[in-house]
Amino acid sequence: MIDRTVLKEHFVKWVLVAFALSSLLFLFLIFIFILAEGLPLFLKVGVNKIIFGMKWAPTKGHFGIFPMIISSFLVTVGALIVGAPLGLSCAIYLSEYAGKRARMLLKPAIELLAGIPSVVFGFLGVIYIVPLVRNYLGGSGFSLISTSLVLGVMILPTIISISFDALVSVPRTYREGSAAMGATKWQTIYKVIIPTAKSGILASFILGMGRAIGETMAVIMIAGNALRIPTSILDPLRTLTGNIALELAYATGDHRLGLFSTGVVLMLIIMILNYIANFGIKRKIAK
Amino acid sequence: MDTKIAIDRLRLSFGKTEVLKGITIKVHKNTITGFMGPSGSGKSTLISVINRMIDFENNVRIEGDARIDGTSILDGSINPIELRRRVGTVFAVPIPLPRSIFENIAYGPRLKGTNDRTTLHHIVEDSLAKAFLWDEVKDRLQTSALKLSGGQQQRLCLARTLALKPEIILLDEPCSGLDPISTAKIEDALSELKSEYTIILVSNNTKQIARISDFSAFFYLGELIEYNTTEKVFTAPAETRTEDYIQGKFG
Amino acid sequence: MRVNPRIINRLVRMGLNVQAFFTVGILIIIVAIIFFKGFPHTNFAFIFSFPEDMGREGGIFPSIVGTVQLALLSILLATPLGLGTAIFLTEYTKESLFTKFIRFGVESLAGIPSILYGLFGFIFFVIKLKMGWSLLAGVLTMTIMILPTIIRTSEEAIRAVPRQLRIVSYSLSASKWETIKKVVIPAAIPGILTGIMLSIGRAVGETAAIIFTMGSSLRLPLSIMDSGRTMAVHFYILAREGISMEKAYGTAVVLVLSILLINVLAYYIMNKAIARYS
Repeated sequence: MIDRTVLKEHFVKWVLVAFALSSLLFLFLIFIFILAEGLPLFLKVGVNKIIFGMKWAPTKGHFGIFPMIISSFLVTVGALIVGAPLGLSCAIYLSEYAGKRARMLLKPAIELLAGIPSVVFGFLGVIYIVPLVRNYLGGSGFSLISTSLVLGVMILPTIISISFDALVSVPRTYREGSAAMGATKWQTIYKVIIPTAKSGILASFILGMGRAIGETMAVIMIAGNALRIPTSILDPLRTLTGNIALELAYATGDHRLGLFSTGVVLMLIIMILNYIANFGIKRKIAK
Repeated sequence: MDTKIAIDRLRLSFGKTEVLKGITIKVHKNTITGFMGPSGSGKSTLISVINRMIDFENNVRIEGDARIDGTSILDGSINPIELRRRVGTVFAVPIPLPRSIFENIAYGPRLKGTNDRTTLHHIVEDSLAKAFLWDEVKDRLQTSALKLSGGQQQRLCLARTLALKPEIILLDEPCSGLDPISTAKIEDALSELKSEYTIILVSNNTKQIARISDFSAFFYLGELIEYNTTEKVFTAPAETRTEDYIQGKFG
Repeated sequence: MRVNPRIINRLVRMGLNVQAFFTVGILIIIVAIIFFKGFPHTNFAFIFSFPEDMGREGGIFPSIVGTVQLALLSILLATPLGLGTAIFLTEYTKESLFTKFIRFGVESLAGIPSILYGLFGFIFFVIKLKMGWSLLAGVLTMTIMILPTIIRTSEEAIRAVPRQLRIVSYSLSASKWETIKKVVIPAAIPGILTGIMLSIGRAVGETAAIIFTMGSSLRLPLSIMDSGRTMAVHFYILAREGISMEKAYGTAVVLVLSILLINVLAYYIMNKAIARYS
């Protein structure tokens, strides 16, 4: 009797170990296979020609994705400009001002916003934002600014929820101490709470950036698909994600390899962003 | 008197802190033995060795021996899971499982393979009756155990261990949060149960120990200071420390 | 010029208030537009009939079925894997280099954007493993995508189960696995279910990874090797190719409605659980 239960417990444990290792396995597979397809072109054509190349015409041997790297960064920064102030304000409101009723209304709303699919945002962006930009600002409407506006809204839930967590984890005593010294609520927030929650808030921005730079569907519907570096916010553009999504279905041979190389660059950028964000969070915990 | 539990020069340390400094005690069968002493004297730790719940702590070093009915429970010859069926434990804070009263009591028997509804019902009724709780809950066995009062929940916990038909029942400060009436009910239950079980009652409440235990053991800072019949310990303690503790001069 | 801090305080409060409700307003506008423009085109026939003329006419039944198949099968695979990982991390190990490794793996998976999952699924499942554009390729890709969410929420739920409950179970002679099976997991079910609901929501709305693994066939997927569409993919194609505005809105209604229902269900489960344990 003893042996059977002990054996069973051991069996369970090792099955669970295998399950736990599966995550690492999948990560490994993803890494390896994208690299396997993406690296050869770097070796064949040269890293510089790809990363700094200005011309993307893969069927003619040009694999320059520099404009797309720039465009990806531009929409990300744009999204942050739109989403960070608004998101932080909402987070502050939720953590410091909102009563129980308001919280019960706002929190589900934010979560729902996070659940709206990217394609729906893209669709509505095309139908409403693009014409708005076209009519009031000029250009075709498919532009950096349209994309930034929509992406900014899309990353709001990320920024709000992580900033909110950072803000509420500021100890109560800080607030009480500040109030005891006669500070108004805003003064307390501005001088005490936000500085204390600083790294968490920053982490939320960086994670928002990570989301924005990886966003695909909404971007390809709104950004316009131009292969040049945008010179004004009304210019159309193509991001790294867009490059992959728009051409993968019909690309073959070196063209397809070029898309994987684009994927490798994207992967690298995301890894760097995640590393920075985690570094920031670890500092917060260390405090 | 027969010896049920024999502890022999038991030493226990958590990391560098020695919590039990060589305990030797023989607990007699079918008695209520009270373990008393101020906090930190090692009474609860000693209990956790007897039911092998000490297994769940980290960084523990144990020397010495503990035997039940002559068989060592520390040298690997017994299965701790089976041991915990024979040694039931009631903790200081009653923790009902988040399920019905019936299922709380039936939890143990079900683990052992008893699934027949009628048998389980017998066991549930029997255990609740022994814990002096049957009359109060017999009409609502399917309701959640969380709805019971503190005193009822504690008697539920007692009934839960009884359902496994143990030989030994350990109670660690079982009445610490309870009102006098609930406390009295539990004490009455224990007095009845000792004829079938060997009971160890850990308590900071010396008056309770004096009330219901047959033997009393006074622990202080990891040592067993005095162990004798309750009458002797409370009327003519051999050690000054025992006397001081009983009189409430420290604790 | 020193402005009275009390006035600033009031202004700021108003400003924050406005922004918060503006954000909610965005959500309401999105949902309202979709529903007002789409509801006229959503009816029984729409939901249950097949698309005709590339989707210009007819309904979206195959894509609804495809979505359900994808979501269900992915959950079926990801839940044991994710729950098992969560149980392992919480019950069977202490924090160590090994667990840090595993968590790194999980967090990294969580951070990978969907297009890269699309790339991976495409080259690995569709091409190398020769599954072709198929429900299977889509499901396997989706399973990996939702795994981190299941692991995270399950772990949180399991950790929230009070230690005392486990102690009680052990003291009643239960083994470790018996305790996990009979006490810990049942107590953690609401949190686990929330994670599952969240993941279903993700599977329903995902496009970039699915279009390159499951494909975009208009037929009803009858076997796991068949290609098919999910609602999101169908919606995207309708919109991008400009096939039909009305049908696009209609699809969007069903899509957003499903996600709304899933969210509401998740909330309901969570609240029921909180009530049960307090």
